[in-house]
Amino acid sequence: MSAVPELVRQLVTDGDPAQLLPAREQMAFTLGFHIVLVPFGVAFTFLMLVANYRGIRRGDAHALLLAERWSKVSAVLFAVGAVSGTVLSFELGLLWPGLMGRFGAAYGLPFAVEGIFFFLEAIFVAIYIYGWRRLSPWAHFWSGVPVPLSGLGGTASVVAANAWMNQPGGITLRDGRVVDVDPMGVFLNGAFWYEALHMFLAAYVVAGFVVAGVYAAGMLKGRLDRYHRLGFLISFTTAALVMPVQIFVGDVAAREVFAHEPAKFAAIEALPTTGTNVPEVLGGVLDHGQVRYGIPIPSGASILSGFSPSTRISGLDAVPAAVRPPDHLVNIVHLSFDVMVGSAFALLGLGAWFGWAWWRRRDLPASRWFLRAAMWAGAIAVVCLESGWVVTEVGRQPWTVVGLLLTRDAVTTEGNMWAFFAGAVAIYAAVGAAAVLVLRIMRRRWAAADGGGGGGDGGGGDVVGVPYGPGDESSSRTALP
Amino acid sequence: MSTVVAGGLLLGVLAYAVFGGADFGAGFWDLTAGGADRGRAARARIDHSLAPVWEANHTWLIYCLVVFWSAFPAAFAAVMTTMYLPLGLAAFGIVLRGSGFAFRKAVLRTSQQRLGGAAFAASSVITPFFFGAVGGGIASGRVPAGGHGDPVHSWLNPMSVLTGGLAVAVCAYLAAVLLAADARREGDGPLEAWFRRRAWLAAWFSGAMALGGLVGARADAPRLFGRLFGEALPLTALSVLSGGAALLLVRRASPRVVRYLAGGAVGALVLAWGSGQYPYLLGDHTTIESAAAPQSSLATLTAVFGLAVLLVVPSLALLYVLQQRAHLEDT
Ligand code: HDD
Ligand code: HEM
Ligand code: HEM
Repeated sequence: MSAVPELVRQLVTDGDPAQLLPAREQMAFTLGFHIVLVPFGVAFTFLMLVANYRGIRRGDAHALLLAERWSKVSAVLFAVGAVSGTVLSFELGLLWPGLMGRFGAAYGLPFAVEGIFFFLEAIFVAIYIYGWRRLSPWAHFWSGVPVPLSGLGGTASVVAANAWMNQPGGITLRDGRVVDVDPMGVFLNGAFWYEALHMFLAAYVVAGFVVAGVYAAGMLKGRLDRYHRLGFLISFTTAALVMPVQIFVGDVAAREVFAHEPAKFAAIEALPTTGTNVPEVLGGVLDHGQVRYGIPIPSGASILSGFSPSTRISGLDAVPAAVRPPDHLVNIVHLSFDVMVGSAFALLGLGAWFGWAWWRRRDLPASRWFLRAAMWAGAIAVVCLESGWVVTEVGRQPWTVVGLLLTRDAVTTEGNMWAFFAGAVAIYAAVGAAAVLVLRIMRRRWAAADGGGGGGDGGGGDVVGVPYGPGDESSSRTALP
Repeated sequence: MSTVVAGGLLLGVLAYAVFGGADFGAGFWDLTAGGADRGRAARARIDHSLAPVWEANHTWLIYCLVVFWSAFPAAFAAVMTTMYLPLGLAAFGIVLRGSGFAFRKAVLRTSQQRLGGAAFAASSVITPFFFGAVGGGIASGRVPAGGHGDPVHSWLNPMSVLTGGLAVAVCAYLAAVLLAADARREGDGPLEAWFRRRAWLAAWFSGAMALGGLVGARADAPRLFGRLFGEALPLTALSVLSGGAALLLVRRASPRVVRYLAGGAVGALVLAWGSGQYPYLLGDHTTIESAAAPQSSLATLTAVFGLAVLLVVPSLALLYVLQQRAHLEDT
């Protein structure tokens, strides 16, 4: 073990605390884990309610069965999301006491509001999940409605905190201390609207494509029954419809970053020197002030950011040397951005393929390649989400709060953070593996209940499993008190 | 204003101790319920009582954290830079507990169930212990105002170990009383007796830990000790009396009354600690007022409290009512 701290000392630049590198890695790892679960609390619960609504309105037993099963999946994922989010809250203090100690009075407030939404979400998720048997169908449906709504509120608040780190506002400082706080200024900071909206839509994209991918896989295995089709259609159409809006919002976000966070924008474009007629370089890496191996689109970046080739973009040379990100961080940001945009267009294309087929024939595209692509779309959406966050977080470096607090001054100076990080990785690996295992067991059990071949057409074990359904007298419903 | 917000924080700690504490305690009995067959009835009772509510109960912890760091940022950083070991371990314990519980609900096979259950149960002991130890360390002034206190002795000292043990015992007591009341409501006599015996055991143990803690406080936190028998005496007494009453009445009174008494005992204990420390936030060196964030932050937090009272409290009440009337059950 003693070799590790020595390695750290060599890796970090002079004067940085030894805790800086492990703390950043740990924050990135745990946030990256948590963020994958977020779409299931925010958006998957919405899909579940869509199925539930359809089931009650049209007496559609398949839709009700989907809703009930989805609620059980979301129960598992919600629990993992809640515990991993709790670790994040601890980490804000344990890893970044400099941030919380100095700016908690402002930066902490959005989290306090978030607390209310978490409460509501946890409460109504529980009522919904455990209310299938004993609540009347509509009372039960309405008990679920607060869940995606508080998901929206929770996303807005926590992203408000993140946006504040990018464009801090609403505080009065004296001698570096926060002496007054304007809560509205903190919440509705410059980056709030586009970041919150972009993340909110991302949740729908990810949840929709991941769920659709599960049913696409089933259809590829020959389960072409109505149950699988319905599960696919509800989730896939939601994601495909959100996709063009998301790209529009991303485009707005990019222009806002251009206008207000020039250093991050220079990193996104991997632009060494300020100038006009800046090309949009696809791929490529920055190496000693030169961009290599990329494919340049002449004047692309200038046109995209200011609608004219003469738009002037500040490069990395405009960033004071002391706070200029090193090449390798610039490359991470630049390539992550390319991954996000590239996968976004791939997903858009997939949605368009579907839209075309549906418009012509009211059916899925006939090609098996469509299902194969749809099966992978979930993973691509997750990659897109993660790379977007890498752009935001790494693109902010070396600042934690842009212009006000360097990451180096935010980090803790106590303890062996490598050990803490190792513990986090071990526990999260176990929890992640267990979650996958549990979901697979659930799926196998359901497939068995459906009689191997699939959901069937309302026959056999299917109907027995339908909530609010007939057949199971002991679970007859009682109205709400 | 700072006192109002500190009161809001204390209420959060109270709620977490009462609701989260019962969950942790149930985990403790789960751990000690014996082999797969012998412990089945007790475990099923625990699962049934906890499954719908544990997540909401757990959210009180988040509430405490966010209020603490927004209202008393520097003191929060001081606690975090001193107590990082127990707090980090407690956080890991929460991961194991929550996920172990959620997974066990979803999995049928006993061997897998047992694994999830073991994680759940073990973390039900370590998490309250560390939280209790941190509380003891703060009360005895072991967190310096500027933070960076002794990373080991701040929580590994006689007083903190006793408060940690007290937290574990109190959780176990609370859970046993509530589960006994639940079992009686369901007409399960043997299980009721099983939990009742354990409630008595935990009560004696809690009493011993509390006495030990008081001896520790007399040496380490004389001011707190004085106030527990001075200004805070009514609360201290209330805690002991209602705790005892819950034990005596668990066979006779309505389960709801038993619940209130047992919860009241734990709540009064937390309030006694809080008023014993008042007006200090950390030990007897950092006052609530001097540690507070600017007025505007405190005002915002007060508004958040108002929202919580309007939105969260009725929702929680709905959840508990549905749960108590058996409208929530596993499918
Ligand atoms: C599935 C999700 C998804 C998709 C399809 C896209 N993005 Fe994105 N993007 C995110 C998911 C995301 C994200 C993970 O949610 C981020 C991280 C922070 C944020 O606000 O959203 C993000 C951040 C982010 C940022 C940085 C904002 C900041 O740092 O303040 C920019 C400039 C873009 N995106 C631009 C785009 C463009 C031009 C896209 C399309 C062509 C695009 N995004 C598609
Ligand atoms: C973009 C970023 C984030 C979003 C959109 C988000 C959203 C959510 C959502 C929807 C949940 C509910 C559980 C679930 O659905 O799985 C959740 C749980 C949680 N998150 Fe996050 N989160 C984000 C990042 C963070 C960060 C940075 C923190 C803390 C520092 C955090 C702390 C928590 C906590 C404490 C919980 C558990 C709440 C409970 O007890 O139910 N999250 N998050
Ligand atoms: C949820 C998706 C997110 C991911 C994947 C993510 C990723 C990262 C990464 C990669 C870093 C390390 C940056 C570096 O290379 O130094 C980081 C740091 C950090 N992030 Fe995020 N982040 C996310 C969301 C958030 C949110 C919502 C918040 C707060 C509201 C947040 C707060 C922080 C803080 C405090 C740090 C440490 C300071 C710093 O290095 O700038 N992150 N995150």
